[in-house]
Amino acid sequence: MAETIKDIKTSEGGHRKERRIYVPAVDVIETANNILVIADMPGVDEKSVDITVEKDLLTIYGMIDTPVSHDLGPAVAEYGIGDYRRAFSLSDEIDSEKIKASFKDGVLKLVLPKSDKVRTRKIQVISEA
Amino acid sequence: MLIRELERLENFLEPWRDFERLNRELFGTFSPVRTEFPPVNVRKNEEKAVVTAELPGVDPESVDISVAERKLTLRFERKPEELKEGESFTRKERWHGEFSRTIELPFNIQAEKVEARFSRGILDIELPRAEAEKPRKITVKPE
Repeated sequence: MAETIKDIKTSEGGHRKERRIYVPAVDVIETANNILVIADMPGVDEKSVDITVEKDLLTIYGMIDTPVSHDLGPAVAEYGIGDYRRAFSLSDEIDSEKIKASFKDGVLKLVLPKSDKVRTRKIQVISEA
Repeated sequence: MLIRELERLENFLEPWRDFERLNRELFGTFSPVRTEFPPVNVRKNEEKAVVTAELPGVDPESVDISVAERKLTLRFERKPEELKEGESFTRKERWHGEFSRTIELPFNIQAEKVEARFSRGILDIELPRAEAEKPRKITVKPE
């Protein structure tokens, strides 16, 4: 339970602010040379996306910074607003040094290249066919 | 598997999301136009209402917004990721398709003054209240 709502200290006067964390929907696509991970993170600015690889653990984190106009009161709230986080474990067949990321219109795209070892094996299979 | 997701547990904590996904998996391919999607947030005051919806990856050009009296209708489309030969999905959770939704607002709208913005995958529509409906303040003049 502690995983979904985290307390993060804000810079202003040590005031504790609760941040909701959502699991973004993802598509994972396998291509000949890469694994593509596409994640929906609406409301996140590209500068607030954090992608970390620690050993075999890939974590994507998108931080929300939505300005709230205080002259408006809520009338309908059907979706919640919060940060996004999801973690994946990578096999050693991914070259984690060469992961590339792009971000557009609230969608994160990661390209995870397969390691040369895996690629070579694939290429050999193709040439024999 | 070259990539494996951790912390599936998190999904159990969000039953609604899983329900939505199941719903899409069951009915997604059979009903191209569905209602009650996308979820919206509405904020308002005496002067205006602001409707927001999360439409990540949607081409703003494909979004059609119409307003009549107190009803706002959104139409838009998001195409699925296109696969080339030899490519395959190992996970497919993101929604796609054509959607239409009508939202009833708390008051009549000045249609010609509606403004919509699209940024970071969020659609933000500002709908000013019809002038005739705005509450008027009547000041009592001293004699």
